[in-house]
Amino acid sequence: MTSLDCPERDRPSNERPVLLETQGLRVDYRSRNGSLTAVQDTSIRVQEGESVALVGESGSGKSTVARALLGLLPPRIARIEAGRILLAGTDVTGYGPAQWEAVRGHPVAMVFQDPLSYLNPVMRVGRQIAESVERHDRNAGSVATRVAELLDLVRLPASAVRAWPHELSGGMRQRVLLAIALGCRPRLLIADEPTTALDVTTQAEILALLRELREQLGMAMLLISHDLGVVWEECERVYVMFRSRIVESGATRTVFARPAHAYTAGLIKAAKAARNSEGRFETIEGEYSTTTD
Amino acid sequence: MSEARTDPEPKASSPLLVLDGITRSFPVAGGGRFIAVNAVSLTVHAGEIVALVGESGSGKSTLGRIALGLLAPDAGTVTFDGDCLTGMPADRFRIVRTGMQPIFQDPTASLNPRRTVRELLVQALWTYRGDLEARCIRLLEDVGLRPAIRFLDRYSHELSGGQRQRVSIARSLAMEPKLIIADEPLSGADVSIRGQILNLMLDIQRSRDVAYLMITHDISIARAFADRVAVMMKGELVEVGPAQDVLRTPTHAYTRRLVAAVPELGRLD
Repeated sequence: MTSLDCPERDRPSNERPVLLETQGLRVDYRSRNGSLTAVQDTSIRVQEGESVALVGESGSGKSTVARALLGLLPPRIARIEAGRILLAGTDVTGYGPAQWEAVRGHPVAMVFQDPLSYLNPVMRVGRQIAESVERHDRNAGSVATRVAELLDLVRLPASAVRAWPHELSGGMRQRVLLAIALGCRPRLLIADEPTTALDVTTQAEILALLRELREQLGMAMLLISHDLGVVWEECERVYVMFRSRIVESGATRTVFARPAHAYTAGLIKAAKAARNSEGRFETIEGEYSTTTD
Repeated sequence: MSEARTDPEPKASSPLLVLDGITRSFPVAGGGRFIAVNAVSLTVHAGEIVALVGESGSGKSTLGRIALGLLAPDAGTVTFDGDCLTGMPADRFRIVRTGMQPIFQDPTASLNPRRTVRELLVQALWTYRGDLEARCIRLLEDVGLRPAIRFLDRYSHELSGGQRQRVSIARSLAMEPKLIIADEPLSGADVSIRGQILNLMLDIQRSRDVAYLMITHDISIARAFADRVAVMMKGELVEVGPAQDVLRTPTHAYTRRLVAAVPELGRLD
């Protein structure tokens, strides 16, 4: 699969081309009662072939960043107030709907937490994958051949071509969404909580599949997640988001072993779901608590 | 396989909830029946924490609903605190059931949005003969909502997610239950809230000696929170035993697969 395999992928990480970058991004949501800054001073970058995580709790702003990256912010309500978004070196910050249509899927594609709401319920799976191929990959030769190839790539049986989305399990639907994304031959896949709705054994299968696909296709991944265990196992680098800002970033091993920020330290302790010497569960209190309790 | 593990039952405490040979099936579109729970027997002792773990479709929530009397079994009996609930007359059941209370997954959905915290608690205190106001305040303080007076007149949308789950716990404590059946009480909660709710549940267990049957898909929480763990797969109970044993050295192949699938942060230590 091929033409897009990047020749640079064996270079040292700091020399690989940057696929995605935000510089000082700020996103505000407006309502009748004023405006709320969901994301600010947010600078992240993902290089060719890398696996990077953006972690945070609900309300941290991580999903807003993900949406902004592909021009999926709700129009009129959300606005990019400052900063820039670059996809493969091109500034896409001011793009309108038609321009976004053209870049979505290639070089950057996305999969979501809830595949069912992104699949057309009245269209067979094969047709939905074919549409993605037809839109982004006209030179693919036979569309049917490419669809079969994509199903094979995500380990779905060839018979899935004729299936309806509702006939499939949650894990299989996520595979269909992946096939649609891969139909665009992305160099970077943004995965927004792709396994959050799945059982742990299905989650393990999907994560293993993502790992294989990344290796096989030289594809980079930006994983948006609240699950530190998944991030620990899947991502080389991590950005930690708290209350609209990146509070810490670095190599996952380093950040998790020696967190520099108190919030990160609290989050890691709490995520282990283990009891401390007093038999209590770790909590995040005070300044870095996300609750008003 | 599951027989390989002997399940030493706590000797000091007596059986509180005894589920004996519970079977329940549901009709399937196109004919036939789906067996959601198949001949499951499980005991929760007084003051004990039992985690019922399994994936979606394993039958764990169906079993929880049968224990609470929200669903009737096709076969088998539910005995609570010495009373057999199966086939018990409704008026008597209503009284006996006050000793066993649920906490549900989504407090936003289980709390009536049109009632204040005070009204929600008063509703749960339907057999209480005493100073209702004082009792409500005491309950809110017990679940860590202090000063209680500030919360009494709020509606659930005026509370944070963690506060809502505390109100739903206060409601379940209103009747001084001996057993709380909690179905995924943490699955919508961020990790920072999770620890607070688990600590609160431990405090309640110690101060009131309640037992918990916690239904969860989260192996890490089951391991840290429960005394004993019961693992369900496709309607069957495949393994029961002390939490540390079952989840560290599982004997059943499915439990091993389940445990292996959990991404582990623990290896950091």
